[in-house]
Amino acid sequence: MTAVPIAGQDDLLRVEDLKVHFPIRKGIFFDRTVGHVQAVDGVSLTVPRGATYGLVGESGCGKSTLGRAILRLEEPTSGRVLFDGTDVAALKGEPLRQMRQRMQMVFQDPLGSLDPRQNVESLLSEPLRAHGLAGGKAGIAEKIRGLLDAVGLPSAALRRYPHEFSGGQRQRIGIARAVALEPDLLIADEPVSALDVSVQAQVLNLLEELQERLGLTYLIIAHDLAVVRHISDVVGVMYLGSLVEQAPADDLYEQPLHPYTRALMSAVPVPDPEIEEQRERILLAGDLPSPADPPSGCRFHTRCPWRQETRCDDEVPVLRELGPGRLVSCHWAEEIRDGALRPRSPEEVLHAGAASRPGSGAHPRDDDPTPFLGRDEPLPRQEQG
Amino acid sequence: MSSLQAPVLEVEDLAVRFTRRGEQPTRAVDGVSFSVAPGETIGLVGESGCGKSVTSLAIMGLLPRRGVEVTGSVRFDGNDLVDAPDHVLRGLRGADMGMVFQDPLSSLNPTVPIGTQVTEVLLEHREMSKAEAQDEAVRLLDKVGIPDPGRRLKEYPHQLSGGMRQRALIAMALACSPRLLIADEPTTALDVTIQAQILELLRELVVDAGTALVMITHDLGVVAGLCDRVHVMYAGKIIETADRRDLFARPRQPYTGGLLASVPRLDSARGAPLTPIRGSARDAIPWSEGCAFAPRCDNAQDDCLTEVSGSTVPLVPDGPGRELRCRHPLEHPAAPSGATAHGAAR
Repeated sequence: MTAVPIAGQDDLLRVEDLKVHFPIRKGIFFDRTVGHVQAVDGVSLTVPRGATYGLVGESGCGKSTLGRAILRLEEPTSGRVLFDGTDVAALKGEPLRQMRQRMQMVFQDPLGSLDPRQNVESLLSEPLRAHGLAGGKAGIAEKIRGLLDAVGLPSAALRRYPHEFSGGQRQRIGIARAVALEPDLLIADEPVSALDVSVQAQVLNLLEELQERLGLTYLIIAHDLAVVRHISDVVGVMYLGSLVEQAPADDLYEQPLHPYTRALMSAVPVPDPEIEEQRERILLAGDLPSPADPPSGCRFHTRCPWRQETRCDDEVPVLRELGPGRLVSCHWAEEIRDGALRPRSPEEVLHAGAASRPGSGAHPRDDDPTPFLGRDEPLPRQEQG
Repeated sequence: MSSLQAPVLEVEDLAVRFTRRGEQPTRAVDGVSFSVAPGETIGLVGESGCGKSVTSLAIMGLLPRRGVEVTGSVRFDGNDLVDAPDHVLRGLRGADMGMVFQDPLSSLNPTVPIGTQVTEVLLEHREMSKAEAQDEAVRLLDKVGIPDPGRRLKEYPHQLSGGMRQRALIAMALACSPRLLIADEPTTALDVTIQAQILELLRELVVDAGTALVMITHDLGVVAGLCDRVHVMYAGKIIETADRRDLFARPRQPYTGGLLASVPRLDSARGAPLTPIRGSARDAIPWSEGCAFAPRCDNAQDDCLTEVSGSTVPLVPDGPGRELRCRHPLEHPAAPSGATAHGAAR
């Protein structure tokens, strides 16, 4: 698995075969490790300077853990995180602290990530003091005023506490705190999912504006595909700890190649009745399998409407290039793209995997009499009214 | 839309006020009226704090009695529920009207197996024997798409995934084939692929069983795919009502237009900045002083902030099947095409 070469730009962030496994412990006296949750299992990606990389996936796919591991908020089990050429995973002590100044994070829940007992002035001056920037009281005060201005908060906000703000304003404080140190990389984990839709747009616009003004590089982690598409240059789709597809944002949405991406995109409701009525939905069967016991072969095969008799169950697909900048890890990506294979309905997928519990990660039955049924029509959509 | 049938639920001038000693009462819901017919899906749409969930709780009679004033009428099959005694409501809830809440983990009892919780409804309302109820519970779980229902019945809520919990909750709501189902953000806590499964399930329910569905959500995409009629709420009042197609093609209230313009869409051109609505829902002014949305509205003019003849901005008919609460609505070119009108809303 190699990282993507996106043109010849210089890469600010390079993640190589990163793994984060959490031990599952059992027993009170004998603290045995009985298994591992493979939260992130061999992810490689590259973010060029000044670009925005969007990471999408459903809950439990490991996207947040990946973001945290890049910042060393989580210890990687193996693999390398190269930030501007330096391996972050090998740093310790003061060099690590220095490095963190250049990579900051915006969290999902602004109320939970801001100290309720600190007012805005204190919240924003803390990182400056900790890193010894903008020396002197006057310098800090001026810097903070500039930050508030940059994120669109009134200077009256300085003396107020997080609970006095609305959700959108709190997220602005969180962003101001993150850009206070003039970082190169900003990792935003679900920056807008806790906000009302009318406010989401404000925060998304703010992020784009700041990127332009400060030349930031973003890694945006979100579950909302429309949000990620809007803000990202390159999008990576994660499923059960691995990247299953990566492509330039427009291409990905134009023509998703991996079955999971296709299902994910077909599941996003579009606020337009005309489109909703004509849309072909690919419903997935069942739930996400447990990352402690992931399915063999392709991790998506237990739910995949395009699963084939051969390869899918026992051969792990590698992320391979299929067109410029397009990576996909599916054995049958070309056939699916060209329409040579047809999807099965969720009932058929469930039936095929009935012998194995969804979530157990066990092999589905190999004696499935109907490897894939040619379904020429899209899945029937119930028309109401 | 089968609105020719008599409505199952008629809500008229419903108002909910939370009173606190020594403070002005808060009007969470203020003069809300709508109705739902069998086989019809209506949507109550709005952002957090607009009163959509309080409306649903008031309909079901689930608000506490102390400190809450509910006025207006909620007629279910012609019988008023607002002043109905508890035992009447208990007979209806779970039997004729079901409700699905947003967070399935906190609406299921964590100490009781799923099976017991489903059969409880059946034993209470359908007077089945335990064995019959058990069989019926298996059938229900199977119907909502829970694999291996027999084994799942013995499990506790924490052993199920979020999507499966929501299915179990829907199974409980459907246990007595209710004629009215109120779903309060049923898919908000779920992933999109699971959301698609649950929405499909609700769609089938409305079509096959003719259930009247009240869908409460903030997600305009869910509304576009599911609801026949849509009521947009803001600060406790309905500010716009329209059929789904009309609403999305020609939003008239600047708030509705603003919501549509501020959502990034999977199918729109990329790169264009979004058009957010200024401020947040906190900036709403009391309706008694004018239009609550006026402080955030681009169309607002001086008369939006004044009351006229002692009443607030009224909800008035606005073309066939539409109602609107606005003095300076968005204008749309005459062409009834969705694409151009959406552009005009920006």
